[in-house]
Amino acid sequence: MADLRVNFCGVELKNPVTTASGTFGFGHEYGEFYDLGELGGIGVKGLTPEERLGNPAPRIAETPMGILNCVGLQNPGVDRFIEEQIPFLRQYDTRIIANVSGTTVEEYAGIVEKISDADVDLIEMNISCPNVKCGGLTFGTQPKMVEEVVSAAKRVAKKPLIVKLSPNVTDIAEIARAAVSAGADALSLINTLLGMRIDVESRRPILSNIMGGLSGPAVFPVAVRMVYQVHQAVDVPIIGMGGIRTGRDIVEMMLAGASAVAIGTACFADPMAPVRALHELEQFLDEHGIASVTELTGGLRI
Amino acid sequence: MSIQELCTVRDNRQLTGSVFALTLEAPRISSAAAPGQFVHIACGEARLLRRPISICQAHDGLLKLVFAAKGEGTQWLSRCSAGDVVDVLGPLGHGFDLSALGDRPVFIGGGIGVPPMLQTMQAARAAGAQPTAILGFRSRDAVILEDDFRAAGTVYIATDDGSYGIHGFVSDVLRAHIGAFTSVCCCGPKPMLRALAEIAQAAGIPCQVSMEERMGCGIGACLVCACALKAEDGAVRYGHVCKDGPVFYAEEVQW
Ligand SMILES: Cc1cc2nc3c(=O)[nH]c(=O)nc-3n(C[C@H](O)[C@H](O)[C@H](O)COP(=O)(O)OP(=O)(O)OC[C@H]3O[C@@H](n4cnc5c(N)ncnc54)[C@H](O)[C@@H]3O)c2cc1C
Ligand SMILES: Cc1cc2nc3c(=O)[nH]c(=O)nc-3n(C[C@H](O)[C@H](O)[C@H](O)COP(=O)(O)O)c2cc1C
Ligand code: FES
Repeated sequence: MADLRVNFCGVELKNPVTTASGTFGFGHEYGEFYDLGELGGIGVKGLTPEERLGNPAPRIAETPMGILNCVGLQNPGVDRFIEEQIPFLRQYDTRIIANVSGTTVEEYAGIVEKISDADVDLIEMNISCPNVKCGGLTFGTQPKMVEEVVSAAKRVAKKPLIVKLSPNVTDIAEIARAAVSAGADALSLINTLLGMRIDVESRRPILSNIMGGLSGPAVFPVAVRMVYQVHQAVDVPIIGMGGIRTGRDIVEMMLAGASAVAIGTACFADPMAPVRALHELEQFLDEHGIASVTELTGGLRI
Repeated sequence: MSIQELCTVRDNRQLTGSVFALTLEAPRISSAAAPGQFVHIACGEARLLRRPISICQAHDGLLKLVFAAKGEGTQWLSRCSAGDVVDVLGPLGHGFDLSALGDRPVFIGGGIGVPPMLQTMQAARAAGAQPTAILGFRSRDAVILEDDFRAAGTVYIATDDGSYGIHGFVSDVLRAHIGAFTSVCCCGPKPMLRALAEIAQAAGIPCQVSMEERMGCGIGACLVCACALKAEDGAVRYGHVCKDGPVFYAEEVQW
């Protein structure tokens, strides 16, 4: 039996499989299918300082082996998360990854400071949401802005700070370097790729917000490429995500440079996806005589 | 409660040009199902998203679904035949509130909104009510499930083109008979639901509507199936069709 434990910024994950923010709510629903304690960590729905309503429907469109979404960060606000959801999640032997967003540098710093004092294990700062009008993506696409917002957050962060990067940039390595030089303890990528679909009968966009974020198996090769480039460019651990479905996908993402992974859209097709993929990963390691999952990270041969 | 069950197809039968009745062996889901709930079905490896389909009937370990073959997913489902295995999540959402129907409820379905009303009407009858159904179709050749509904109570059928039953819309039929009913339950296109809700409201009787929205997870985790509801202060808030619905009281909905 291979050792699945991963030390991620000083926080031990029992295995490298976590859930991608926004696809897993706060865990209640998928918790009906399996013990959430089987997961290495749970990435919760993106939180903002105040409650957000999100965008009108339709918020989802199917694409070849993927989906577009424009949820628009609907969430109850960070205070209600702390009060109502942390006690629920703490019943399980897994790590809590709090995903946070803001619309200004001050808001990002404020929410990171607040969540730091709550009982969470890791903070994932989303500077890459394509579905909100201000903030989000605008912070994640310019190195100067990335540095400004990450250093403001890092000053007040009392837990490891993961910065979640947008794939909607020309040079991902440049953005990664900006985040790390400003103090990011780790990086996660990729968030969704901006996309669009049109109903040809009505000639209208399918999504209420016209554009949305692409995720699912369709983006997997893009995600692997970006994780590889970022791993080459910086020296912090990476949570790789984007289209992972199987244990072999996890292996591939880790070989590209990820220390842990997150699974999102695959859960919609198969609610058991994260635990199934974890078992497949375990089997792969055993079959290949790999003693520890950490041996995979960056193990690509060129 | 959400269950993932691999179900063997017992029977798949074409009812009209595009509508199919699929019977699945689903002992676990069918025994937990309540009227108005739905299932989320994986429609082949080529499509990532499952398709939500209402439960038409659940009994004796079987699940009957009636669906229109529209796009790729439902067309795939229409090609399944006895012995095939399909991956089903269910029973999902919260269905009709049967506690407040009164003794003369009316169940109204429009087009492919007709099937979920069957089990609901049967449940009301089993609970001792005298139910009525008002079923609306485009034309005579689109009429489905008529005999099943007739076995459960009084039935009015309306067609848009007058080729069968009453010439007109289900809303015309409801307006003409509204005094006879103690409550309304309905499923169909949104403009129809809205018109029915207005008639029920004017008559002062409760109205429950089954809403439709595009879905991802189908269980309440991804928040994509937003339905605009009225917040306490009159503003909009978004509920979720898959978990808070698909059935809502009409007065909760921001039309
Ligand atoms: C709670 C609920 C219950 C339903 N019950 C029934 C039923 O009993 N019988 C029936 O025939 N139909 C029912 N529908 C509608 C059915 O889900 C759609 O017709 C079906 O998803 C279309 O898939 P497709 O592959 O044919 O179309 P495509 O156009 O290929 O679908 C593309 C995507 O859009 C989604 N989509 C397209 N149309 C709809 C729609 N009208 N509602 C929701 N999602 C849609 C699909 O699920 C898929 O994700 C129900 C919908 C909901 C939300
Ligand atoms: C419906 C939906 C909602 C999402 N919400 C968030 C969010 O709130 N915060 C965030 O950082 N990422 C969000 N994401 C992005 C995912 O966390 C993830 O980065 C992306 O979907 C790629 O992974 P996947 O292909 O495994 O889903 C969302 C994705 C989806 C599909
Ligand atoms: S479909 Fe995911 S919350 Fe309704």
